Amino acid sequence: MKEMTYRDALRLGLQESMQSDPTIVILGEEVGRYGGAYGVTKGLLHEFGEDWVRDTPISEEILVGAAVGAAMTGLRPVAELMYVDFITLAMDQLVNQAAKIRYMFGGQISVPMMLRSQGGTGRSAAAQHSQSLEAWVMHTPGLHLAMPADATDAYVLIKHALTLADPVIFLEHKGLYAQSFPFNPESAPPWGRAKISRSGNDCSIICYSRMVQRSLEAAAQLAELGVRVEVVDLRTLHPLDMETVTKSVRKTGRVLVVTEDCLTAGVSAELSARITEENFEYLEEPVLRMAGEDIPIPVAPALEAASVPTNESIKQSILKLMRKK
Amino acid sequence: MGTDTFFSTSSASAHMISENSRLLYLQLLRIRTFEDRVGELFLQGGSAGTMLHLSIGEEAPAVGVAEAMEPKDSFTTHHRGHGIFLARGADPKRMLAEIAGKEAGYCRGKGGSMHIADRKLGHLGANAIVGGGIPHVVGAGLSYQLLKVPAVSVAFFGDGAMQQGNLYESMNLAALWKLPVLFVCINNQYGMGTRLDQASASLEFVKRAESFGLVGKEVSGIDVEEVKKEAMEILALAREGKPAFMKIDCYRFHGHARKDKSPYRDQNEEEEGRKKDPLKYQADRLLEQGVSVSEMDSWHKKVADEMDEALNFALETQEPVLNSMFEDVYAPNLTHPESVGSRIDRALYSDILLGDSR
Repeated sequence: MKEMTYRDALRLGLQESMQSDPTIVILGEEVGRYGGAYGVTKGLLHEFGEDWVRDTPISEEILVGAAVGAAMTGLRPVAELMYVDFITLAMDQLVNQAAKIRYMFGGQISVPMMLRSQGGTGRSAAAQHSQSLEAWVMHTPGLHLAMPADATDAYVLIKHALTLADPVIFLEHKGLYAQSFPFNPESAPPWGRAKISRSGNDCSIICYSRMVQRSLEAAAQLAELGVRVEVVDLRTLHPLDMETVTKSVRKTGRVLVVTEDCLTAGVSAELSARITEENFEYLEEPVLRMAGEDIPIPVAPALEAASVPTNESIKQSILKLMRKK
Repeated sequence: MGTDTFFSTSSASAHMISENSRLLYLQLLRIRTFEDRVGELFLQGGSAGTMLHLSIGEEAPAVGVAEAMEPKDSFTTHHRGHGIFLARGADPKRMLAEIAGKEAGYCRGKGGSMHIADRKLGHLGANAIVGGGIPHVVGAGLSYQLLKVPAVSVAFFGDGAMQQGNLYESMNLAALWKLPVLFVCINNQYGMGTRLDQASASLEFVKRAESFGLVGKEVSGIDVEEVKKEAMEILALAREGKPAFMKIDCYRFHGHARKDKSPYRDQNEEEEGRKKDPLKYQADRLLEQGVSVSEMDSWHKKVADEMDEALNFALETQEPVLNSMFEDVYAPNLTHPESVGSRIDRALYSDILLGDSR
């Protein structure tokens, strides 16, 4: 099967979308001449010209705010925030403006924009360049939220997101860009559906973004110990495909939610609550959560690595869930 | 407070009734009367909430700039934007219905006074975050530039927004990209209860804009004809890709919101401030041009009737149905959010799988 890196798949998705939709304009810090801090937009300036691939000043609020205004008036902007940590500087435009414009104005005005960014640990980039802030986005009605775990989903999700009439927050993982994955867009489920990345009958792991890869690696090791783990990749957090989650939970009766964002009031809390509410009588054990520790991300590589779920810690938690430890 | 330009006057030269003067006066009068009816709506218990920010005393900046704009131009406003929207052609019935939180309002009763908008009239939204709508005109300017639409996008905001960082990010980008954008500061001297000189170390706002490479202009807000003339000149520049900034000085006649009696202002200041009345100024000009008092009375009667009709409409038209609260969160072809009550029922009483929430 064809292989592709996560980065190349994103670029291909952007490129094909721009070829078919002449209203797409990319705005962001270093997206043009530099080619993107992680190389995603490399070459697009050359193909589409500087009108349509625009370097912006280091002004996150206007970068997102201009995307909102452009989306209201006929363009489909893709605004790139170099690190999701910088979303704090654009939070008014995202939360009070982009997410609420359709609603506040009674459905008259759409905001078909995308905010692309990346988060997560893995580069010793420390507390202001390593966070996973998807819970803030998920906590805001009016936004779609996609978090692809592999190259195929990076491609199909970005292409679909660029056809929606609402703002989409598209969060990539910095630890995945350089990795190669099997690339098979025809096999991908539609937008808004989760994917069973590995089937199993003993317990379910519910995860997304880079935690899918770690869960799959843990699951492979657990298989050798006779534990058959099902791994559900959510792919999008809004829409949230509880149907697929519920089917898996009712099959296995044991659930571990794995997220990289920190535990308290995080995405794992919402998932755990919903799974419990909707499947109480099917559960053999409490829904367990593995998540980032409730600390800022430290710079020291060993501390950073230990601050989020790892293959090993996921494996250990599953063994506990299965009462094998 | 105030500036020299604010007190300057220009006498009407012609001794004939100018149609322009008459129309501008009528627009000022419509806004003044509309705002009065907003107060009336509140007193009758018909307004949705008390966050009603009246623009009495600030009619000339609204009318002068709005009348200088072209039909295709778009705009955003601050929370004190009733007058601007009316001057751009809004239907007072649908405006008051929105302020009353009714289904027939511009935004189906979901936005209200501070979030009113109308796509058809180019109103990209009033905004209740100070400065929140300013970046949107920069984005609109980018659309016009890239899609080759011969239009300008205008941001209206108060002096309070002059101390918000996003204004300066917006000015820089508009100038850097040569966008067809006009920034209009309606300086009513107060950000809620804080006088401008207590909020800003420098009052030289035009210099600030010029330092970003914008064309800058300072105008008195007492004379609507002067505002319109200056706005036409500056809009012509903006239309050619020379983004611009206008500061228009006026005085907020009443409190910050409907219930604020402005105890932080002394009576003398208020009396002096209210003498700078753009409506009276334009009325005097018309009288000088030879309009009779009885003719003016007939205009007042006509405008009062229009606004009374709007008030009655707002009071009588129906409330939104409860389920409409789940509409317009996402695009109409997508599933609406599930209610909290439905989730509880599903958890307790049913075993139904939730369908996908696309």
